[in-house]
Amino acid sequence: MRLTCPFCGNRSIAEFSYYGDATLTRPGSNAEQSAWVDYVYMRDNPAGPHSEFWYHEAACRQVLRVERDTRTHTILSVQTA
Amino acid sequence: MKFSIRSVLSQAMQGQTGWKPQWRNPEPRAEYDAIVVGGGGHGLACAYYLASRYGLHNIAVIEKSLVGSGNVGRNTTIVRSNYLLPGNIPFYETSLKLWEGLEQEINYNAMVSQRGVLNLFHSDGQRDVAIRRGNAMRLHGVHAELLSRDEVRARHPFLDYDNARFPIMGGLLQQRGGTVRHDAVAWGYARAADKLGVDILQNCELTGLRIEGGRVLGAETSRGYIAARKIGLSVAGNSSRVAAMAGMRLPVESHVLTAFVSEGIKPLLHSVITFGAGHFYISQSDKGGLVFGASVDGYNSYAQRGNLPCVEDTCEEAMALMPALGRLRMLRSWGGIMDMTMDGSPIIDRTPVEGLYLNGGWCIGGFKATPAAGLCLAHLMARDEPHEVARAYRLDRFATGRLLDETGGGTNMALH
Repeated sequence: MRLTCPFCGNRSIAEFSYYGDATLTRPGSNAEQSAWVDYVYMRDNPAGPHSEFWYHEAACRQVLRVERDTRTHTILSVQTA
Repeated sequence: MKFSIRSVLSQAMQGQTGWKPQWRNPEPRAEYDAIVVGGGGHGLACAYYLASRYGLHNIAVIEKSLVGSGNVGRNTTIVRSNYLLPGNIPFYETSLKLWEGLEQEINYNAMVSQRGVLNLFHSDGQRDVAIRRGNAMRLHGVHAELLSRDEVRARHPFLDYDNARFPIMGGLLQQRGGTVRHDAVAWGYARAADKLGVDILQNCELTGLRIEGGRVLGAETSRGYIAARKIGLSVAGNSSRVAAMAGMRLPVESHVLTAFVSEGIKPLLHSVITFGAGHFYISQSDKGGLVFGASVDGYNSYAQRGNLPCVEDTCEEAMALMPALGRLRMLRSWGGIMDMTMDGSPIIDRTPVEGLYLNGGWCIGGFKATPAAGLCLAHLMARDEPHEVARAYRLDRFATGRLLDETGGGTNMALH
């Protein structure tokens, strides 16, 4: 698996750290506890296209938003987050 | 047919021509008392215990492919109960005790081999943690021994004791741990369950759950609708997908874990050894291949194959522990899909849908749990209350704060 970083070009996945599901929205500070439980613990975990954050730790240190198919590891798109 | 010395000799006399299929291949009935979704180790064990210990006989196991074609046939076959937390130790010890009696109980050679599991430590801090874990085990009546560096060296002289970064200082040994022939577990439970009247429906994929008024009525499958008032889900990496059929979201991400095997060699490793400075475990199969693995790749995946950085990382750990491994060729690697929970511990619980039960979230450690997970899911389905050793495996613990985080890894899957 390789990612094409908008800043650094096509790089090995070993340069990146996975930051998880990019669709989660942090609740407001006065939100219900259940909203926080959903945010911290619950995941859609789809088999198919998945929107996720990757951190380009070993190079430009930018967080990227990647669309990737979890069934095939095909990278569908890479954008700055 | 019962396996015995007599059946083996009589088959030898007739040129091995009299063996019969180990289980039937029945057509689905219109209705069952209980359906177990997933024909892996856990699902088949559940069906077996429902029939043998809880008196249910009208049971089906539905499996989308063939029996044992998922994680039960893809793991590194290690069994142990060397856990730390009070919510975990009794469960895994129940499982280890069931492993010890399994072959006699189901009349099937699962090659249960209590060759010992040795967790190495490489620093003073790790030694203290190992002592604490050993003490926790002994307080729960599970034997553990602390081995010094010299005692480890006497058993396993070929490890790298003087590694500059990770010198081996000793290890925590659970002698009752070991390995089990993983495929035989699935086949043995399938045969034993079938004998008790359980219908094992292969190539029968769950496509939906029929739910009315908050109660489950049956399962839509690729072989038609099957009614059942009780349905147990035991689908490992696909837990989230199946739970979504009941409108549920789970505290689970699916990740790929890779296992490896080397070419076969003469007997070298006579126990399971784990490397404490990373996350690496190795044993030798009875065929002679060294079987080993490390951590999950660390990103969501349903692909059943990992990526090369994980292969490189695993091989580096192997070389740091056992430099002689560098002379061996790696034969194969393969991936399995783990349903990783947010605290690294499993879930065996009722769901908000009446009659629908969940056994999942086994992370990277489901194989050793096979007998007890089957027993506890069977208990839950039959009695509608948790088995006493699985009380901590609640689905709502993420909301109530009663997490079971053995490693203190939090919600980072790569740390469990």
